[in-house]
Amino acid sequence: MRHTISVLVENKFGVLSRVAGLFSGRGYNIESLSVGETIDPNISIMTIVTTGDDQIIEQITKQLNKLIDVIKVVDLTEVDHVEREMVLIKVAPKQEDKAEVLRLTEIFRGRVVDSSPRTYTVEITGDEKKIDAFVELMKPFGIKEFVRTGKIAIAREGIKK
Amino acid sequence: MRMTGAEIVIECLKREGVKHIFGYPGGVVLNIFDLLYDDKDLKLILTRHEQGAVHAADGYARSSGKPGVALVTSGPGATNTVTGIATAYMDSIPIVVFSGQVPTMLIGNDAFQEADIVGITRPCTKHNFLVKDVKDLARIIREAFYIATSGRPGPVLIDLPKDVTSDKTTFRWPEHISIRGYNPKYEGNKWMIKQAAHVIQKAKRAVIIAGGGVIHSEASKELKELAEFTQIPVIMTLMGLGAFPGTHKLALGMPGMHGSYYANMAIQQSDLLIAVGIRFDDRVTGRIKDFAPHAKIIHIDIDPSSIRKNVRVDIPIVGDAKRVLKGLLQVLKEEPEKNQWDAVRKAWLKQIEQWKKERPLTYEFDENVIKPQYVVEKLYELTKGNAIISTEVGQNQMWAAQFFKFNKPRTLLTSGGLGTMGYGFPAAMGAQVAHPNKVVIDIAGDGSIQMNIQELATCVTYKLPVKVAILNNQYLGMVRQWQELFYKERYSYSHLDTVPDFVKVAEAYGAVGLRATRPSEVEPVIKEALKVKDLPVFMDFIVDWKEKVFPMVPAGAAIDEMIFGEEEKEKKKEKKLRAVK
Repeated sequence: MRHTISVLVENKFGVLSRVAGLFSGRGYNIESLSVGETIDPNISIMTIVTTGDDQIIEQITKQLNKLIDVIKVVDLTEVDHVEREMVLIKVAPKQEDKAEVLRLTEIFRGRVVDSSPRTYTVEITGDEKKIDAFVELMKPFGIKEFVRTGKIAIAREGIKK
Repeated sequence: MRMTGAEIVIECLKREGVKHIFGYPGGVVLNIFDLLYDDKDLKLILTRHEQGAVHAADGYARSSGKPGVALVTSGPGATNTVTGIATAYMDSIPIVVFSGQVPTMLIGNDAFQEADIVGITRPCTKHNFLVKDVKDLARIIREAFYIATSGRPGPVLIDLPKDVTSDKTTFRWPEHISIRGYNPKYEGNKWMIKQAAHVIQKAKRAVIIAGGGVIHSEASKELKELAEFTQIPVIMTLMGLGAFPGTHKLALGMPGMHGSYYANMAIQQSDLLIAVGIRFDDRVTGRIKDFAPHAKIIHIDIDPSSIRKNVRVDIPIVGDAKRVLKGLLQVLKEEPEKNQWDAVRKAWLKQIEQWKKERPLTYEFDENVIKPQYVVEKLYELTKGNAIISTEVGQNQMWAAQFFKFNKPRTLLTSGGLGTMGYGFPAAMGAQVAHPNKVVIDIAGDGSIQMNIQELATCVTYKLPVKVAILNNQYLGMVRQWQELFYKERYSYSHLDTVPDFVKVAEAYGAVGLRATRPSEVEPVIKEALKVKDLPVFMDFIVDWKEKVFPMVPAGAAIDEMIFGEEEKEKKKEKKLRAVK
């Protein structure tokens, strides 16, 4: 099964390779990884998407916790959470398709962040399904370039009753 | 007080209680070596290879319980430590390795003797550091020793760029250390301990498996108390040998691939397995799905990731073996009315006695050829077991584990996890430095001893009377054994055509060389070796090259699917007869 794991780490050089090395050295799979500083500049947060059965996920969590530079590990899959990723797509539609590209961008609440006589660069954020759907719709118009961030995720705050 | 980085290194080592360093100099560590030149309290043992230095630090740590320290230069000096570090990592041994590094300005420049040793050792250290600023140095050294020795111990490497050792700063010794991402858990969960106690009370066929964790946590006393109180027999993994007296009537020896018949049978027939400080290595479990099929498993280990890594566990207890065993005993003693196990335990122990009688650990003595097992037995007999034994890897290691009875913890030094040939001799050297008055013997093979034979010079220099018993069969014996049993006797590259005259080698180094070619010479040779007090001794035992280690669980088999020596012989005879017909 697929898991989204959030890892709080010391913001030091070499930490990324410790985490990445752990995955490759033990044969675990990384589907996506994103890293960024937190509000506290001494701490970074990594969001890792990985797959494995319960035993493997348990090992991944335990092994991550064993790294000295890892402060906290949370398997978000176990809790209600929000996931987002972002893509930038450069499309080169024919003159007659331009309006359709803009219309679809609007439907998906994307934005055109750059345009040239022949291309539009569209920014879109959302969960994986939404992004996949948008990408599928853009394909017929001719995708020239495409970049996608890793997934970031955050737990939903529980509502007190 | 303002100090240079090199001065801080020396000062911190002293404050950590370090007395001996094993090392080898080179360009970028000269600032530190210069200070060692006339230091009265810190003694550097100059090895002849950096690998030897790290194994020696490892042997020092295993035999004394104190962290071992190695100091080497950058580049090749650092890369030569990798096997030693990986060996210590697999067996959870606390060592701190200081490697020199090119000046910070040059890092990444492919400078002379530059190697990214922090990158290289990342997967085989518990943690490692590159010191970029002399201001961090004292704290890093303090943290390194703390990380190496606490929790599940392990090797830590500190990479020291040359300019950091010459830069000056105000020295501040951090009294307290706290690392927010590192908080080992020592206390076991009380509720779990209670559950474990209740299962122990009800078990009919319980068995304890003790591993290296018992030795690391100094829990031998508690283990013995628990075993005797509950009348549960104790099996020890290779790393656990010595954790419980090998001559005790409840001791069942080693399990697994070359374990005793009765240890393996006891595991397979048990209804409760109490695993303490073990990680269920594949050499112990054999085919995992058929391991201990009827048993509930209590697993006590300080490393949460060891639990449920290889085998299913019914009662996991994360904590320090000593404290958990103490807690367990306390619960059991508080409930005497529930401890009605005498009758059931008697029946179980009787069954085990039966297995012991059926298939004891044995070999056939020969009057004309020296059997390697006989050498090990004689070493035990003549030292009365009062020795620190190190081993190399292969047949020599397994015979040492089977035929030497280890009665005290920290008396067997062996590369259990990584299986490093060339480990035993330098490790013995390190142990001899830590215990100048004890008898230290490396049980070696003619293949393994050649992997770090240069350390003879070190032993001679420092008058370290390490004894090396070479079980010389002119083969890489364990490889040959596998080829004989599983590769149709195709001995591909396992015969060592040229084996040096070990007596002459020893003598060339200024050491003592002795040889035995007949069984009657074994005892006199050992006796003579034991008399030597200020020089290393090579004992070259020309042994039966056909001898194999039995019982044996073939790779991938369940641990009760053992091959025995006698049956192998029968099969061979039959084959020959058929061929003749």
